[in-house]
Amino acid sequence: MNTGDLSTLLVWGAMTALTIALVAYAVDLAAIAERAQRKVPAKATASAGAAGRTATAVATPPGGTAAVGDGRSLRAEGIARTTTYVGIVLLLGAVVTRGLAAGRWPTANMYEFTVVGVLVATMVLAIVQRRRVIAFVGVLVLGIAVLALALGLLVFFVQADAVQPALQSYWLVLHVGVAITATGVFTVAFAASVLQVLQDVREVGPRPVGEAARRTDGLRRWVTGPRFGWLQQVPSARELEAQAFRLNAIGFVLWTFTLIGGAIWAEHAWGRYWGWDPKEVGTFVAWVVYAAYLHARTTRGWSGRKAAYFVFVGYAVVLANFSVVNLFVTGKHSYSGL
Amino acid sequence: MSGYRPDGLDDVFTATVTDDNPAPAPVQVPSIGFTGWLRWAWRQLTSMRVALLLLMLLAVAAVPGTVWPQRAQSPEKVATYLVDHPTLGPWLDRLGFFGVYSSIWFSAVYLLLFVSLVGCILPRTAVHLRGVRGRPPRTPRRFGRFPAQGQGTADDEPHVVVERAAAVLRRGRLPFWPTYRVDTHDEGRGTWSVSAERGYLRETGNLVFHLALVGLLVSVATGQMLHYRGQAIVVQGRGFANAQVDYDTFEQGTAFRPSSLVPFTLRLDDFEARFDPDSLQSRDFTAHVTLTEPGSDPEARTIKVNHPLDAGGAKVYLQGNGYAPDITVRDKAGEVAYAGPVPFLPQDEVYTSRGVVKVPDVSGDQPQVGLIGFLLPTAQEVGENLYRSVNPQPDDPLLVLSVWSGNLGLDTGVPQNVYQLDESRLTQSVDAQGKPVTLYVRPGQTVDLPDDLGTLTFEGLPRYVALDLRHDPALPFVLVFALAAFAGLAASLFAPRRRLWLRAAPGDDDGPTVVTAAGLARGDDVGLQPELDRVLRATLGPTAADDIPDRTSDRTPDSTPDSTPDSTRESTP
Ligand code: HEM
Repeated sequence: MNTGDLSTLLVWGAMTALTIALVAYAVDLAAIAERAQRKVPAKATASAGAAGRTATAVATPPGGTAAVGDGRSLRAEGIARTTTYVGIVLLLGAVVTRGLAAGRWPTANMYEFTVVGVLVATMVLAIVQRRRVIAFVGVLVLGIAVLALALGLLVFFVQADAVQPALQSYWLVLHVGVAITATGVFTVAFAASVLQVLQDVREVGPRPVGEAARRTDGLRRWVTGPRFGWLQQVPSARELEAQAFRLNAIGFVLWTFTLIGGAIWAEHAWGRYWGWDPKEVGTFVAWVVYAAYLHARTTRGWSGRKAAYFVFVGYAVVLANFSVVNLFVTGKHSYSGL
Repeated sequence: MSGYRPDGLDDVFTATVTDDNPAPAPVQVPSIGFTGWLRWAWRQLTSMRVALLLLMLLAVAAVPGTVWPQRAQSPEKVATYLVDHPTLGPWLDRLGFFGVYSSIWFSAVYLLLFVSLVGCILPRTAVHLRGVRGRPPRTPRRFGRFPAQGQGTADDEPHVVVERAAAVLRRGRLPFWPTYRVDTHDEGRGTWSVSAERGYLRETGNLVFHLALVGLLVSVATGQMLHYRGQAIVVQGRGFANAQVDYDTFEQGTAFRPSSLVPFTLRLDDFEARFDPDSLQSRDFTAHVTLTEPGSDPEARTIKVNHPLDAGGAKVYLQGNGYAPDITVRDKAGEVAYAGPVPFLPQDEVYTSRGVVKVPDVSGDQPQVGLIGFLLPTAQEVGENLYRSVNPQPDDPLLVLSVWSGNLGLDTGVPQNVYQLDESRLTQSVDAQGKPVTLYVRPGQTVDLPDDLGTLTFEGLPRYVALDLRHDPALPFVLVFALAAFAGLAASLFAPRRRLWLRAAPGDDDGPTVVTAAGLARGDDVGLQPELDRVLRATLGPTAADDIPDRTSDRTPDSTPDSTPDSTRESTP
């Protein structure tokens, strides 16, 4: 077996570990949800108006699960944490061996981009979950991570190899490396923003009936219902917004660097710093959307939940810029290797 | 515009400044008349809400450029699209969808955005400049509503405690880098307090960031006006001079000065290409050139992808390469009608190259000759008279040409593409069976042209490079403004802006001095409470520090009301 194959094997191993972590987080989430459901009847009377909920409490927690106050499963959290660390170590090994096999920095095609991006996302996740585990963020980030790795291995995979002259530059490390890191950070920030919106909907609770209220009534009833009881375990919407902002701010600064670094590299390689290449446009659009997010946060009437919607759009653009633009649009950035 | 408050300034942070003397809320008196309307429009334009709207518009307006082909990048695709969509195409064209980034609507959005930005940032800059010279705000009477709080006791007199706190705050954490601006206040009846503020850098960063964006736009526009760009194909052993006539294509900005064309010359001595032996992908291209700048000796230099050559204030990029078969055509009379290398354009990874040879200068009344066909660097026969290239390196080159004769149409005055043959007044040579004649020529071979047109010799196979030369005097400015924007952004997002207050009051009945403290930060700031705790501990000493709950070690997010970015901002008038 050569080094390249070893790298691929390590990625498969990491995917397995992360899948176990994903399941463990899901079990944790389920335990919390279950516990919360049993508490719901008491709450339902307290917050009248959210009627129509049927608290179908199913007792019997999973055998041997050490449940704590709010229903968290400490054992599941322990497993999730450990397997996430294992996954990170395996991914690190995979990235290093891939670099050795190719004889260069391993961020030159979509497969490598995916593997390194997942590595960054899981590392940020591990940092964010260090003090306080939020099972939902774990489920969302690891769900995206496992999916990305599967796509990487099954669709984007190419053999480790040297690269064409246009990619032979230290900017491959700086520009692409930072872009991947930003994507990883944005992924966790996105999860935090999703949670923030759910929590906000839940906290605000049923609103007086009105046209706007009726339109979102379905979502609200769903989120305030017992199915989302686990949200009680989650920090408040305001704290989540602060957390999401911190991560998005870091991601945005990294993205700004990606944009500037890309322009400098384009100036070296293609003789122009900006040429409205599809990839450049995508990066620019994502940047503008995240700038809009930062503005929305400080615009009266747009902060909080509405600002989080910009994160959804921004993250969607980041993902589309990686996938759609690489695979379906022809441009100068044809580094997918497919 | 008296009483005008720049947008984005009213938040919990500024609210404290006006804590004890609330500023009058800006009242919008509907003024009548033209200037009133102008003023109203200006306020709308420079509001955060409109900035937000314009930003989103900019994002949306940039998208069509990736959906439809753009003339600036790929004119041939636009032409194809127009042929394929005869009804929709012209409409899209009229609306600027094939030139999105120079269209009126795209320009309108970003110009409005920048007007809004200037209108928004200049007043803010004025406010900030005043603020930078100001003092920290007075200690508020009550600390109850602040996000960070602390308390403790001390045996020293209140003013001693306060002086010590002031010293701690002034010192900062790094030597010679004072962080806080500090004032102490005698509040009467033995009570003293200290107020401190840091983080002017945050707002400075924000302003630098926005102003740098304006600088960036101006530099880019200036570069557009002054730049020139030329493209030249240079065959091994040949050269060119930096003069407009020597370029195959030349493009210039509206304010281009011919004096910026420094008359250097460049000769291509050699070109090396390396390919991966298995995947045949390119691995390295190096052009060895001799550069002669006016007034200096010729110099040997190299040009590589990612490593352009600096010459005469311009940069020379290696943009492409290929083969230029060296061909000699003799006419029926044996006179040389054409001699020289003809660049062929590579079509794929193995450099199957397409090219055209035009032979207009035939003697007598012989028809002109046009040859069109392919060069295969390493030919492999895959069927009877069917060849393909299997390697980009010239291991076994083969020219495959068909022959046309008649009038090349070069004297019609209409500029012709050198890579295309205008076949309208030419006829193709055919053999006895009426099948088109195909010539297969290897280097060194001479073949007879059909129809008694003469002979063709394939003399050799030099390589050529496609060079792209660009001069943009605004480049350093673009870089400096981009980096300034980056630094400003980082400062504005990560530099904490904080206010801390500490009050020391005499204890009841000769008890120890009672110390209370509070902190406020602009935006979201996890470090605020730990900072307050640090200052308290440093002021009160380790003994009294027992009173201070150590929040740094076992903090969970919900035990610290970090910041209140949303609700408080919404509730300010
Ligand atoms: C080219 C267009 C613009 C871009 C790309 C842009 C980008 C940004 C970014 C990334 C931030 C975040 C930095 C921070 O929070 O300190 C920001 C903040 C800010 N921007 Fe802009 N901006 C633009 C135009 C404008 C305009 C037109 C206005 C005025 C209406 C404006 C006013 C502000 C203000 C007030 C903040 C600070 C928010 C705060 O207090 O935290 N910006 N801008």
